[in-house]
Amino acid sequence: MLSFLIRRLLQSIPTVLAVVLLVFVLFSVVPGSIVSSMSDDADPQVELRMKKQLGLDDPVYVRFGSYIAKLATGDFGTSFRTREPVITMIAKRAWPTLQLIFTAMAFAIVIGVPLGFVAALRPGGLVDTLAMVVAVSGLSIAKFWLGLVLMYLFALKLGWLPSFGYGDGGLKYLLLPAVTLGVSPMALFARTTRAAVLEIMTADFVRTARSKGMSETRVVKWHVMRNALVIILTTVGLQFGGLMGQAVVVEKLFSWPGIGSLLVDSVLQRDIPAVQGSILVVVLAFLAINLLIDVLYGVIDPRIRYA
Amino acid sequence: MLRKIAIVAGLGLALAASAEAQTPRKGGTIRMTAPYGSSFTSLDIHTTQRAQDEIYAKALHRSLYIWNSAEGRPVLELAKEDVVSGGGLVHTFKLRDDAYFHNGRKMTADDVIWSFTRIMDGTKAFPGARFVRVIEGAAAVEKGQAKEISGLKKIDDFTVEMKLTEKVDPGFYFFTALTSIYPADEGAKESFIQKPIGLGPFKFVEHVPGSRIVLERWDRFYKPGKPYADKVVVSIMAEAAARDVAFRNKEIDTSVLGPAQYVAYQSDANLKGTIVEVAEVFTRYMGMNPSFKPFTDKRVRQAINYAIDTDLIINKLVKGKAYRATSWLPLTSPAYDKAMKPYPFDPAKAKQLLTEAGYPNGFEFEWTTSQNESWGLPIVSAVIPMLDKVGIKAKVKQVETAVLAEVVRSGDYQAFIYSQQSGPDPQAALKCFHSATPQSACNYMNFKNAEFDKIVDAAGQADAPEQRVALLQKANALLYEEAPVWFFNYNKAVMAVQPWLKGVQQNATELTHQNVEDLWVDETSPAK
Repeated sequence: MLSFLIRRLLQSIPTVLAVVLLVFVLFSVVPGSIVSSMSDDADPQVELRMKKQLGLDDPVYVRFGSYIAKLATGDFGTSFRTREPVITMIAKRAWPTLQLIFTAMAFAIVIGVPLGFVAALRPGGLVDTLAMVVAVSGLSIAKFWLGLVLMYLFALKLGWLPSFGYGDGGLKYLLLPAVTLGVSPMALFARTTRAAVLEIMTADFVRTARSKGMSETRVVKWHVMRNALVIILTTVGLQFGGLMGQAVVVEKLFSWPGIGSLLVDSVLQRDIPAVQGSILVVVLAFLAINLLIDVLYGVIDPRIRYA
Repeated sequence: MLRKIAIVAGLGLALAASAEAQTPRKGGTIRMTAPYGSSFTSLDIHTTQRAQDEIYAKALHRSLYIWNSAEGRPVLELAKEDVVSGGGLVHTFKLRDDAYFHNGRKMTADDVIWSFTRIMDGTKAFPGARFVRVIEGAAAVEKGQAKEISGLKKIDDFTVEMKLTEKVDPGFYFFTALTSIYPADEGAKESFIQKPIGLGPFKFVEHVPGSRIVLERWDRFYKPGKPYADKVVVSIMAEAAARDVAFRNKEIDTSVLGPAQYVAYQSDANLKGTIVEVAEVFTRYMGMNPSFKPFTDKRVRQAINYAIDTDLIINKLVKGKAYRATSWLPLTSPAYDKAMKPYPFDPAKAKQLLTEAGYPNGFEFEWTTSQNESWGLPIVSAVIPMLDKVGIKAKVKQVETAVLAEVVRSGDYQAFIYSQQSGPDPQAALKCFHSATPQSACNYMNFKNAEFDKIVDAAGQADAPEQRVALLQKANALLYEEAPVWFFNYNKAVMAVQPWLKGVQQNATELTHQNVEDLWVDETSPAK
């Protein structure tokens, strides 16, 4: 297991480097600069001095080398804007983002997976039809619109929840943004689970288990469920990455203080160290979650352990 | 007789109740919103020119002057007195001796000098440098040729002498938070950015990045009895639709309205009374590059003004949330000339002018725009068919707002559409068109006209305010005639304000920038 983990971690390094390089090059060529975003009429000499001070007048390869060297020591750089260490800025936003994504994912798994399972057990039945209507709708609805509808319903009409803000970070503030973010993966999990279960139900090993006289409950529990979980876990892992991207819209709509809104504002203000740091953290989180999923594969299905 | 006494007594009681209702109430929380982005740029207000950041800065910081919305001009704030000498160039400010920073230290002349010197740091591009540059010797500090601003002198702890490079009203230069006075000792520390200290009516409590800033009453604020509220919460709410729900749900006290919401609120009996609106000092326009051949001819520029049905665009697309521009200076400018009329919509006249200029079949140009709903792509899309009817073809080049700012400063365009500050100081606004003003400063159209320069220079030397206004009006009229831009509109800022929030000021420089010490909430506020 340890060698598997080490191998996977080593395999992640080129991915991280590629992303870092891509972001670095991209922000070296896009128009706009921190100086123009700070002042409408900065003296050209001031602009030059500021670029020199920030190291922006060095060739791209020199800047990239210096950035990588700092990164290797855990230094994400200093924000051009706030002059705070980027890692501090990200740390302030990391917990709200984690809260949002994990709650959304929990909602999606708890609702989506059982829904898909139940639908697959009675294909073509009323539950299946309703579940698939929910799933298709969930996948089609725009998050922005859904968030507004939830705000209108649960805040304005029913008065149960606040419509926006982080408050004390408690559940009542978290529910609406998390559900808004979680509906789309919930729908995807329902569809994926249904498809996986339906396929496994017709597999040879399930037929064999039934022919041996095993009860349907045991067949579902020991053969269908375990085999479906591998497919569901893969989808969950991929969705984590997707949620980090989609969280930007939800954070902005609900005034939720996450990494997504930090990233967007940093891009608009050309705060390059903050952009690079935010993207790097998102990539690292995505890789970490997928590594965890790979480990879980082995737990669920011994055949692919250490593969 | 008894009946008369009863009526008089009744009237007296009613008047007393009314007076009581208008007496500012102490306590409660003011819940404002910051609508222009999904975060505050920085807690160091010297570093940011975004309107978003000045919303909280108005509560936290103070400058030498403050904007008085009722009078429509800047008035002394941290200074009690300004004695002018030296032919209008030397201002001796007597500072308040009762202004305390939020760490309990009294403000002195050293803090003023330190703050202005900091703003002129030539390696930082502080946006307030554009204002401080008016002090003699400030530019030398910016260029790294001097360490101190020669035109700033400490007379004693509470007296500062300021020598200016030109005869201007310093109030227009030193009223925004960009020139806030920082505590010299604390302001230099790195921790200042995390926990800013100011002289404003509220002190810093908490910043949740991307969500809110919380401030609480500063008991040693220098205005007796103020501020009224205990706390101010500024929530970041970039999405108009989300603000709308929160406003209707009584979770926030103020909400800036866009064109669509403006219409919806006006037609809703419950919300109509919450609308506060003001003509802000921003002019929206299409700038034309004079080095692009067709635009070198005044007749072509005038033809564009005639060819566009501006009123139609304002009414239908901007939903009436703007005032038709007659020239550059906006409605709330002291030098606005009410007698001026905008270019009428007259495609035939446009066609005639184009023919006279040698373009009977029109021409083609590239129009750089952002996506802004009030002065960006939607407006450009509506104008293109109108120009097409007189033979002018426009190709759209869409860029980000940050990039557009760079494009206009560098002159790398044929035409662009923009919103530019055109006040509150009419002299500074018109000086942007002076040939000595670099394009990178604010002369974005690189306008050069000797007659215009002469009038603006004369206005700068005029002693009598009436004479100055008359000259500025003349310069403004000349701009109309020269038409370096398509004069589109002046922004109408609209904000919905809950009925329990009192003391809201119609600030023409930016409606969301409120002198928070004058605001108060009555007992009907959910956050009383």
